[in-house]
Amino acid sequence: METLIRPSGKRPLAEVRQQLLSRFFLIATCLFYLSPMYWMVVTAFKSDKELAQFPPTLWPHDIFWHNFDQATKTFPFLSYLGNTIFYAALTMLGSVLSNFVIAYGFSRIKWPGRDLLFYPVIASIFIFIQFPVNPITMVPMFSFFAGLGLVNSFIPLVLPTFFGNPFFIFLLRQFMLQIPTSLSEAARLDGANEFQIMGRVILPLTRPALVVVALLAGVNAWNDFLGPLIYLQNDKLYTLSLGLTFFKTLHGIQFNMLMAASCLVVLPVVLVFLCFQRVFLEGVTLGSGR
Amino acid sequence: MNRTRKKVISADTRNLLFGLLFISPWILGFFLFLVYPVLSNFHLGMTQYSGFGKPEWIGFQNYAALFKDPLFWTSLYNTFYYVVLAVPLGVFVAIGLAVAMNQKVREVTWYRVILYLPSVAPVFALSMMLVWLLNPRFGLFNYILSWLHIPAINWLGDPHWSKLAIVLVAQFGAGHIGLIFLTALRAIPPTLYDAASLDGTSQWRKFCHITLPLLTPTILYDIIIGIGLGLQVFAPAYIMTGGGPLNSTMFTALYIYKNAFEYSRVGLAAAVSGILFLINATLAIVTFWSSKYWVNYHLE
Repeated sequence: METLIRPSGKRPLAEVRQQLLSRFFLIATCLFYLSPMYWMVVTAFKSDKELAQFPPTLWPHDIFWHNFDQATKTFPFLSYLGNTIFYAALTMLGSVLSNFVIAYGFSRIKWPGRDLLFYPVIASIFIFIQFPVNPITMVPMFSFFAGLGLVNSFIPLVLPTFFGNPFFIFLLRQFMLQIPTSLSEAARLDGANEFQIMGRVILPLTRPALVVVALLAGVNAWNDFLGPLIYLQNDKLYTLSLGLTFFKTLHGIQFNMLMAASCLVVLPVVLVFLCFQRVFLEGVTLGSGR
Repeated sequence: MNRTRKKVISADTRNLLFGLLFISPWILGFFLFLVYPVLSNFHLGMTQYSGFGKPEWIGFQNYAALFKDPLFWTSLYNTFYYVVLAVPLGVFVAIGLAVAMNQKVREVTWYRVILYLPSVAPVFALSMMLVWLLNPRFGLFNYILSWLHIPAINWLGDPHWSKLAIVLVAQFGAGHIGLIFLTALRAIPPTLYDAASLDGTSQWRKFCHITLPLLTPTILYDIIIGIGLGLQVFAPAYIMTGGGPLNSTMFTALYIYKNAFEYSRVGLAAAVSGILFLINATLAIVTFWSSKYWVNYHLE
């Protein structure tokens, strides 16, 4: 410890103590936040016999891969993976397209009433906290889509994402407001029309924020539970989250198998998150330029 | 002269048209996915409707039935209990996480990654992880508590603890809002602290008198989001307890779901949705209105 600290100059003892304290606090908090995933992974590798042991073992005696084998036989993992990717991809497409265009209208063009109309966007945030399906609007929306014969399709889940989401509109608008108006003016003087300015000048500059929107929207769709629960009643259309309900049977839950399946469901999101962790962690900052 | 004037006006009109054109998807969505269902809740709420055939107009009968249904009142009580517990705790945890993520240690990015990680886990998987983590006999939590000689708690099976267990799930997802607080923390000019340091002010006093007042806009945001999330809490209860034990986790959203999709009482469910909307809107407006008394907008 000391050898690490000395070369970078003399640090006061108080600062070293402060850092040790910080680390202790941080590691303790992180252990708590890792505990559900830790318990999931450990349980996924336990045999039925070890699972029944009391007190529970903190680490599996021998790594037992059989649960994963069994789990993928209990529910059609690959086909549900396909459904989930399909749902997430369409959601990403809809969210990026619609929120980009809407935020552009709210930030890059000056027109009377623009800022007044932005209030309802902000006000609607509290309803759309759960997106695309939420308990307040789900009953009439279900009747609506059922009337059109669209239950058991992804349309009710994906269609709303093509009409903007207040969180993303807000985030992108903040981002676009920071781009100097002179860029648009210059392009306009060069004879570019509004669509060309949008596509050739603003779009490339907004790309970092659009990546954030795409990732957040994708993860949101991947993890959605209420939407698929209501609209996907045919088990051929299930997403991974819904597929996990297969392990909750009348005979109780076989936790080692459920946790193995959960590992498979969680793994892709965690990998995406770890690859793009900077985008996730800094993406939140984009919306707070104020 | 005349010509340029004409051109200026047409540019304004053009801007208005383009502006409206670009935001038109949102206007359509606002009416189709918000105004229509909210109004429809009040309309359907006045009908008897099983989900098939035609809704039959019955006036205020659904509302009368609700007022007499003890389970409806239980669901409201549980929901408020949850909101009152989860919202302040959520603010506290989020600020705590933000302070933790703001520590000046080299590997702080790794801590941030770990603290954010549960936020990206699917709610079903995370809820089932917690069911298993909180299992009275085989769960890690009670095992660790047993080291401290605390007797086993039946977290999800005991009505006294079940709501708390569901509040706990929400805290694992606090990393996201924690990051928003972190951004607000880092926006505070360090000069403010320097002045206080010269006076020899303690860390705690600095936090209370400088940091906290400057975080109030973010706290306001968190409270409004938290109220919405709390009033609409569904998935963790549906997955972990199904509303039990003894209806102790029968939240309003779950009550709506069961009536609409399990008991085919769509009209009644719509009536409850309408009530939930009114509660949510009222609380959001009151919170926002109260902000002028306690939110500090000095930095902006």
